[in-house]
Amino acid sequence: MTDMSKYISSVVKSVPPSGIRKFFDLVSQTEGVISLGVGEPDYVTPWHIREECFYSLERGYTMYTSNAGLPELREEIAAYQKKKIGVEYSPTNEILVTVGVSEAVDLALRVLVEPGDEVLVPEPSFVSYAPGATLAYGKAVPVPTYDQDQYRLRPDILEKYISPRSKVLVLAYPNNPTGGVMGAQDLQALVDIIIKHDLLVISDEIYCELTYQGEHVSIASFPGMRDRTLVMNGFSKAYAMTGWRIGYACGNQDLISAMTRVHQYTIMCAPIMGQKAAIEALRNGETEMLKMVSDYNNRRKIILKGFQEIGMDCFEPKGAFYCFPSIKISGMSSEEFCEKLLVEEQVAVVPGNAFGSNGEGFVRCCYAASIPNIETAIEKMGNFLRRHQPA
Amino acid sequence: MELAKRVLKLIENDAKMSIKTIATILDEEESRIADIIAKLEKDKVILGYNTIINWDKAGEDGVTAMIDVKLIPEREVGFNRTAERIGRFPEVRCVYLMSGTYDLSVIVEGETMKDIAWFVSHKLSTIDQVQSTVTHFVLKRYKQDNFIFEEPQQDKRLVVSP
Repeated sequence: MTDMSKYISSVVKSVPPSGIRKFFDLVSQTEGVISLGVGEPDYVTPWHIREECFYSLERGYTMYTSNAGLPELREEIAAYQKKKIGVEYSPTNEILVTVGVSEAVDLALRVLVEPGDEVLVPEPSFVSYAPGATLAYGKAVPVPTYDQDQYRLRPDILEKYISPRSKVLVLAYPNNPTGGVMGAQDLQALVDIIIKHDLLVISDEIYCELTYQGEHVSIASFPGMRDRTLVMNGFSKAYAMTGWRIGYACGNQDLISAMTRVHQYTIMCAPIMGQKAAIEALRNGETEMLKMVSDYNNRRKIILKGFQEIGMDCFEPKGAFYCFPSIKISGMSSEEFCEKLLVEEQVAVVPGNAFGSNGEGFVRCCYAASIPNIETAIEKMGNFLRRHQPA
Repeated sequence: MELAKRVLKLIENDAKMSIKTIATILDEEESRIADIIAKLEKDKVILGYNTIINWDKAGEDGVTAMIDVKLIPEREVGFNRTAERIGRFPEVRCVYLMSGTYDLSVIVEGETMKDIAWFVSHKLSTIDQVQSTVTHFVLKRYKQDNFIFEEPQQDKRLVVSP
């Protein structure tokens, strides 16, 4: 077979394959695994939302929509954001419906980043931001967050990583993989720095409904932040709609208009079926969504108590559906721990270093799993740790 | 929500949930949860614990019928005495007082259609207050007490995802 790799652009070559991919291959080859390694709800989309999609197909809604998305959906999004984060966006020109938040992040980075610009990415973080910055010819600058700070971004640490080339700060709270959240005071402490250094913020708020103590706060709601923040959200986590791939970005009309320009030449529009379903989710999905959130909260308590009982340190995550316990007592690296746990106990958790180098020494455990599965997984992890405690 | 109600909500669809799990979810001592459940049982708020079984899958044949019953109400007790009397037959699973064109909805289980026919003709119809009965046999169960019978339950998610 001819080696064609020389034709691949150096930018793409410079992006390493996802650390999760390798682990996925390993888990896929193992039988009978209890997986706490997934990054999505264990519910299927509520029936009324699926049914609305069928109904729209029956009525022949199979065509393109406007680039920015169906006007009714944008109106619902505007109403939702006003209620949820207290920020008003015009449905006409300040909201863009995308193929998942991932597309919105990619568009924002392509629109904002000049070659060589720096994108500040608090880590551990979801796997897409840093590669997205690289693919936009920018430079991702990891900013560490720590267990002892409950993975909140500290202003003094942020400031250390800011350079004259810093342009964009990614904030993703509630956070994947740590479950950390940033409250109003935590965010307020960042605002002055962001404004002082003229940074723009990509605020990925996909987990905002999964906040278990207090209310979710968006950085866009602070004075002076609305126009320099692109708020991104979607339907995947709150409404168990991961496979529908519907997300959106809200922000200043100049930024949204530029993102729409890229979107119209690459995607054209998000699929209409998903958009129809998303309208139903926003109009009538709150009751079932709150029930799912309440169930996640129950499981969060069970997994945390479980970690406590088997002696794994874990800060209390207050958002998303992840725990990020320390595995230091095992004396192993994250990857070694996950591989051995998989082979010996058939439990899959994700190595923390897949989410950035300072995730080393931790693993991500998703509690979007049934209570019996969580309890069994904890028991097996306890057995594993007892066998592997360093003398 | 009052603690007892929160306990009931948790075990409504999962009677096997352990006291330890309930206590963890509700941030309470296990002994307190055990006391609450014992009191709910004693007060007959919790009447019992059933298992929802797909008997077809277990290889057992059985017949279920829903019977619409018209009654003559009695002075002072209305439909209650007759409804309670009907409910005492062991083959009767449920008895509901209904609004509309009939008075009681009675769910009966038997091993064969003959069993149910015999129950209707010999026991139910012969009660003085019973004016008429209409028997509907269940052909197939799709959902019962929140459980869908044929829904594939396996997790369709990728085993690991970001």
